[in-house]
Amino acid sequence: MKRIQIVTGHYGSGKTEYAVNLALHLAQDHENVALADMDIVNPYFRSYEQAKMLEDAGIRVIVTSCGGIADIPAINPEVMSIFQQEKWTGVLDIGGDPIGARVLARFAPQLKPEDFDLLFVLNANRPETKDVESALQYMRGIEAECRQKVTGIVNNTHLCGETTAEEILKGARLAQELSERTSLPVIHHAVQRKFVEQVQNKLSEPVLPMNIYMKKPWEIIFCEEE
Amino acid sequence: MEKELWKGNEAVAEAAIRAGCKYFFGYPITPQNEIPEYLSLHLPKIGGCFLQAESEVAAINMIYGAAGCGVRVMTSSSSPGISLKQEGITYMCGAELPAVIVNMMRGGPGLGTIQPAQGDYFQATRGGGNGDYRHLVYAPATIQEAADYVQIAFDVADQYRNPVMVVADGMIGQMMEAIEWRELPKRELPEKTWATTGTKGERKPNVINSLYIDPNLCAEHNERLAAKYKAMEENEVRWEEVNTEDCEILFVAYGTPSRVTKAAIKLLEKEGIKAGLFRPITLWPFPAKQLKATASQPTVKAVIDFELSMGQMIDDVKIALEGCRPVSFVGKAGGVVPTPAEVASAAKAAIGR
Repeated sequence: MKRIQIVTGHYGSGKTEYAVNLALHLAQDHENVALADMDIVNPYFRSYEQAKMLEDAGIRVIVTSCGGIADIPAINPEVMSIFQQEKWTGVLDIGGDPIGARVLARFAPQLKPEDFDLLFVLNANRPETKDVESALQYMRGIEAECRQKVTGIVNNTHLCGETTAEEILKGARLAQELSERTSLPVIHHAVQRKFVEQVQNKLSEPVLPMNIYMKKPWEIIFCEEE
Repeated sequence: MEKELWKGNEAVAEAAIRAGCKYFFGYPITPQNEIPEYLSLHLPKIGGCFLQAESEVAAINMIYGAAGCGVRVMTSSSSPGISLKQEGITYMCGAELPAVIVNMMRGGPGLGTIQPAQGDYFQATRGGGNGDYRHLVYAPATIQEAADYVQIAFDVADQYRNPVMVVADGMIGQMMEAIEWRELPKRELPEKTWATTGTKGERKPNVINSLYIDPNLCAEHNERLAAKYKAMEENEVRWEEVNTEDCEILFVAYGTPSRVTKAAIKLLEKEGIKAGLFRPITLWPFPAKQLKATASQPTVKAVIDFELSMGQMIDDVKIALEGCRPVSFVGKAGGVVPTPAEVASAAKAAIGR
């Protein structure tokens, strides 16, 4: 795994949940992990919402001005430090769709191929990436906008609260098909922790166990007991 | 049919297409931008037309024109943009034009915030435009309901020849949920003999208009509209009740707060307090009779109105209850969603626990 992990995909594929989990995973073995929220498209369900939890885990979180919540298409220039200082292990949470991936084009001069992986997060339950043709179209669209080539596929197939092991395996088959079409590796399967045991031995690639951090307001039941 | 993961705004847009809407005119604003984005991609594929207007005022008047031609048409916006559309909405009610208007509400007043809120309840149910007009207001609380009610809204609009509004807070527009596209009950709809589709020299021209020179004719027109609104009140009220039988606390909430309330009910249950939820799905017509019947149960000690506003629906709750139960309020405006624990605390305070 290279020093910088760039997370892209169709919006709603679960990029942010994956990016947050990936940063926490990397922080287990790496000293200086940074997560940069580089979504300039959508102001809801963003990784900055998890800044405190990530910082408590020793992760540096880079967000746009106003703590990330301002509805402005701006990138914090601090992001440059990830490219320039080799001590950083970086996770870049990029906005959804080709339009969101456009921010990366600006950093093309800073992106050395030996430094980064460009990940395409795939959710087979999203109507616009549910088959190999549509997924491929999205992936190529992202590549064209950000002027980089995807280097790996991440299966992050879920149905929010209604996920089943079968759904994850369905996503794995789609990721495999996309892999065959593109000769790109399936890096891993991002799997909610409670399903890991059920699916692990049916998958040929590694599994990244996921905790769910990006919750809806009514899913946060026990946070502020009176 | 198998479930798919849809974002609220996308589901609203797809539902419009499935309902036969081929025309969309709007102007971008967060948190509803995925609606025009989706339709700009998909309407041309079905021979429809997406047009980004120069303003919300222009967009609502394009809706007026398209609806007058008898086609299914939609616009969407968020709070400040919906304010700009109010003149068009009263004109459409006056000229009896069916269309669907979606409001993904954000914090206010003014430009406010882009986070979820419900501060447009008064505007949606009382109308921000002039004159004695009414229109149905659906308030979906899940992505499934958003998908269903946008489709229903088109039928209801055509049935009554009146615009229908669908309001949700930004959370419902932005979040993802698993849904299925299911068959909805069909309504028998009248033919649009009034539409301006061209006379072919065979009939008198149809005229789409809300201006009356003769006050007697305008008074008659108002009587006719009032009769139509009464029929909506009699036939179109929708609501949901959860756990309300013999409840001690009765919450009234719609949209995102109703979801938070369901979690708060579980918290209260752990403490041995039986709480229920009365959720209006139509904000206008408000399910007043039904609410009063449920709140009048002898077990009910307190009614808690919970909104993402400083208290607007609470007026309708009080009108419905006619003083039969004490009503207290919990809520926040400006884009902050109270937690289930905060809502449970407010409920306990209301019954002195």
